[in-house]
Amino acid sequence: MSTIIFLIVFPLVVAVALLILKADAARDIVVKVGSAVIIAASIYLVVKYFSSGGQYFSASNEAVGTAMTIISALLAIVGFVLGIKYKKYLACLLVVVTTPLQLWFEFTKGHEIAVNYNMYIDRLSMIMVLIIGIIGTLICVYALGYMKDDQKHQKDGKDRRPWFFFLMFVFLSAMFGIVTSNNLLWMFFFWEITTYCSFFLIGYNGLFHKKEFEDKIATRNAFRAFIMTSLGGLGFVIGIILLGSGLGTIELSTMLAYGSMGGSVVAPALFLVFAGLTKAAQMPFDSWLLGAMVAPTPTSALLHSSTMVKAGVFLIIKLAPVLGWNIAGIMAMFVGGITFLMTSFAAIGQSNGKKVLAYSTISNLGLICACGGVGTPEAVWAGIMLIIFHAITKCLMFLCVGTAEHQIGSRNIEDMDGLFEKLPRLAGCMMIGIAGMYLAPFGMLISKWATLTAFVDSGNILLILIICFGSAATVFYWTKWLGKLSATMAGRENLQKNVHGEETFVHVTLATLTVLVCLCFPFISSTLVVPYLVSAFGAVDALALSANNMIIMCIMIAVIVLLFIFFFGRTNKKIVPIYMNGVNEGDNLSFKNAFQAPTEVGLRNWYMESYFGEVKMNVIGCVATAVLEVACIVAVAALMLGGIA
Amino acid sequence: MTVMIISVVAYLILGPIVGGLLAGCDRKITAHMQSRVGPPIRQPFYDVFKLTEKEDITVNNVQDFYVLCFLIFTIVTGCLFFAGQSLLLVFFTLTTASTFLIVAAYSSNSPYAEAGAARELLQVMAYEPMVLLSAIGFYMATGSFDVSQIMTSETMPFFAVWGLFIGLVFIMTIKFRKSPFDLSMSEHAHQELVGGLKTEFSGKTLAMVEVAHWYENVMLLGLIFLFFANGTVAGYVIGVVVALLTYFLEIFIDNSFARMKWQAAINSAWIVAAALGAVNLFVLLLV
Repeated sequence: MSTIIFLIVFPLVVAVALLILKADAARDIVVKVGSAVIIAASIYLVVKYFSSGGQYFSASNEAVGTAMTIISALLAIVGFVLGIKYKKYLACLLVVVTTPLQLWFEFTKGHEIAVNYNMYIDRLSMIMVLIIGIIGTLICVYALGYMKDDQKHQKDGKDRRPWFFFLMFVFLSAMFGIVTSNNLLWMFFFWEITTYCSFFLIGYNGLFHKKEFEDKIATRNAFRAFIMTSLGGLGFVIGIILLGSGLGTIELSTMLAYGSMGGSVVAPALFLVFAGLTKAAQMPFDSWLLGAMVAPTPTSALLHSSTMVKAGVFLIIKLAPVLGWNIAGIMAMFVGGITFLMTSFAAIGQSNGKKVLAYSTISNLGLICACGGVGTPEAVWAGIMLIIFHAITKCLMFLCVGTAEHQIGSRNIEDMDGLFEKLPRLAGCMMIGIAGMYLAPFGMLISKWATLTAFVDSGNILLILIICFGSAATVFYWTKWLGKLSATMAGRENLQKNVHGEETFVHVTLATLTVLVCLCFPFISSTLVVPYLVSAFGAVDALALSANNMIIMCIMIAVIVLLFIFFFGRTNKKIVPIYMNGVNEGDNLSFKNAFQAPTEVGLRNWYMESYFGEVKMNVIGCVATAVLEVACIVAVAALMLGGIA
Repeated sequence: MTVMIISVVAYLILGPIVGGLLAGCDRKITAHMQSRVGPPIRQPFYDVFKLTEKEDITVNNVQDFYVLCFLIFTIVTGCLFFAGQSLLLVFFTLTTASTFLIVAAYSSNSPYAEAGAARELLQVMAYEPMVLLSAIGFYMATGSFDVSQIMTSETMPFFAVWGLFIGLVFIMTIKFRKSPFDLSMSEHAHQELVGGLKTEFSGKTLAMVEVAHWYENVMLLGLIFLFFANGTVAGYVIGVVVALLTYFLEIFIDNSFARMKWQAAINSAWIVAAALGAVNLFVLLLV
C-alpha cells in the first residue's frame, strides 16, 4: 500500500520541484534521480507483491475524496475558461455537462454507496506499473537532451521547460493511479488528469503563447484531443452512474465479479468501453492522436507507448471478463477490428515517419481492443502481450524518429535513405525497432500470432479476415521503411557525434529491452500473465501459443542476434559500383544522362495512394465505427428503457 | 522424435536436389512448349556450381549478409514444416526470410534492385492473406495448426478446405515467380525489368538465392501435399501427384500468359483470398 501511495505521490513531488527549478543542471539531476527512484520503486512494488499475486486495500479516506472532488472542479473551471478564451465552445459544453453530472452523483447517490476497497494491486497492474515506471521515466530522461534542442527553436525565447517536465511527471503519477484504483470514481479522477495533461502537452507550442508566436495547429489539435477524450470522460461518468444506480457499487472488482457470475453489467460496461475506445484513439476518434504529433517528440512517445492510450486499452482489457458476445463486447471487438484494418492500410500511404508510427499505434491498439472485446482468456493473453511489446517498441521508434528529425531536419521517411551511413547507431536501433514491430521471432509478431489463434477459436470469421489482410498491409509499410534505412550510400557525413548522450543512452536501452523482453517473454507469460488470467477468469484451458513454439521463437531470436554479432558488415569481397546500365558515374549516386551530364539518382518508395489513401480509409473507417457505436448505444438504451417499462 | 529428425535431415539433403531437378524439368518442359530442345535436366546444378566459381565481388559490406540470412531462414522455414511444427510458425518465418531478401536488395540502393524489391514487397502483400487463411482453414478442419497433426487427420483436409486449396494454387503463381505475376525478378526477357531484385547479386550470393528458391519450392509443394495427407499411403500418393500436377500447371500458366500489371496481381490475389476464404471458413464454421 505505502509503495503504491509513494508511486503516486513521489512523481508529483518531482513535478513540483521541476516546476520551480529553472536551471538546466538542476533539472538534469532531478529528472535523472527522480526517474531512478521511480524505476526502483516500480520494481520494488512488483517484487513485494509478486508471490502473493496482489492485494486489495480499503484506503478509505474522506480527505482524499474531498481533495479529488475539489481538484476535478478546479480543472473543470480551467478547461471551461480556456475553452472560452480560444473559442472552443464544444469543449466548454462537455465540461459543463460532465463535471456537474459527476459532482451530482458523488453528492447524492455516490455518497450512500459504501466502498470496501478503493485501491488494489494485481498482476496486470504490476505489468502496467513496470511499463509506466520504466518506459515513462526513460522518455523523461530522453526529453532532457531533446528539449535543449527544442528550446533553440522556440520563437518567443521563453523557457517553458519547467511546465513541460511538470506535466510529464504528473502524467506518470496519474497513470499509476489509474492502474491501481478499484474505486471507479478515483480511477475517473486520474483518468481526467491524464486528459488535461495530454491537452496541455499537445498544446505546448500553442496554448498560453502570445498571438504572434502561437502555433495555431498545436492549439487546435490540443482542443481536438481534449474534446474527444472528454467525450469519453462523459461516457465514463455515465458508466459509473449506471453501475452505481443499477448495482449499488462503484467498485471495479465488484462489477467484474457480478458480471462473471452471470449478472448483467452490459450497460455500464458499454459506456466504460466507449471511454476506453476514445482514450485509445479508436475510430472515429483516431484524429486526436494523429494531431498529437505537433507536440515535441517526448510527448508523442509518452502518449503512444506507456500512458494515455494505454489507459484506454488497460480499461478494456480489465473489463474483458464481462465482454464477449454481448453488446459491449461486440462494440469493442468490431470497432477495434475495423480500426486495425483501416489504419494499417492508411499507414501504407504515408511518408511522414511520425504519421506512420501514429497509424501503426492506432492499429495495434485496435487489435488490443478487439482482444479485450473477444474476452476469452487466450485473447486477453494476446492483448496483454501486445501492450507490453508495443509499449517498448513504439517508444523506441518515436524517440529514434525524434532524434533523426533533429539531426537531418526531416521526419520524412524518404529523407532517411542513407541514415545507415549518417547515424549508424540510430539507424541500427530503428531497424531493431521496426523488426520488433512485425517480424518473427520478435514480440509483436508473437502477440499477433496469439491474437489470430484466439480469434479463430472464438469462431469470429470477420475478425479473422480483418487480421489476415491487416497483417499483410503491416508487412508492406514496415518493410519499405526498413529498406530505406538499410540503403547504403557512400560519402555521407557521420552525424552521430551531434546526438545528445541521454538520447543515445535511451535508444540503446530500449533497443536492448526490445530484444531482452522477447527472450524472456515465456517467463513473463508464466509468472505474470497466466496467473492474472487464472484469477480473472477462474481457469485457463490452453494458451494460444504452446510452450514448444515459445521456445522455438526464443532460439530464433538468439540465432539472429548471434548472426548479427558475428557476420554483420564484414566482407572480404571486392566492392564494385552498382549497376546503372553502364552509365554509373562511379559514386553510385549519379549517372550520365543523354547529354553526358551527371544526373543524381532519386529512389522513392511506393505509397499506393489510389488504393490506401488516408482520406478514403478514414472516411470508411470512421463512418463504419460511428454507426456501430451509435447502434450499440441505442440498443443498450432501448434494452434499459424496455427493462424499466 | 526420430521421424521428425529423419524428415528434417531428408529435407536438408534432398530439398535442394529435388528442387534443382524440378527447376531442370521446368526448363525442359518450358523449352518443349516453345518448340525448343532445352538444356539437360541437370543444368540448374551446373549453373549454381558455375556461379560459385565466379570472382568474389559485391556492392557493399552488408548485402551478402542479408542474403545469407535469407538462405538460413528459408531453410529453417522448410525444416519447421517438415519437423511437423505449427503452420503459422512456418508462414511467419517465411515472411521473415522474404524480408531479408527484400532488405538485401534495398541495401544496395541500386535503381533496378530497389524497383524489384518494391515489387517483391507488393507480391508479399498480395499473397500473405491467402497463405494465412489456408493455415486457419487447416486448423478449423483438423483442429490443429501442427503439420504433424494435420498429416494424420482421418479425412483429407482437401474435402473441407477445397476453396482455400484453389486460392492457394492461385497465389502459388506468385510464390513460384511465374508469369503473369513474375513482377520482381523475372527470368524472362518479356518485361521491362529483367532480374529486378537480383540485379546486384553475383557469384556465390546469387547461388545462395537460387538454392534458397529450391528449398522454398519443395516446402511449397509440401504444403500442397498436406491438403491430401490422411495418414494412408493412398493419401500420400495422391498428395505427391497433385503437388507435381500443380507444379506442371504453374509451368503451363507461365508459358501461356504475358506479364500483367502489378494492380492485377494484388487485385486478383486479394479478391480470391477474401471471396474463397470467407465462403470456405463460413462453411467450415457451420459444419
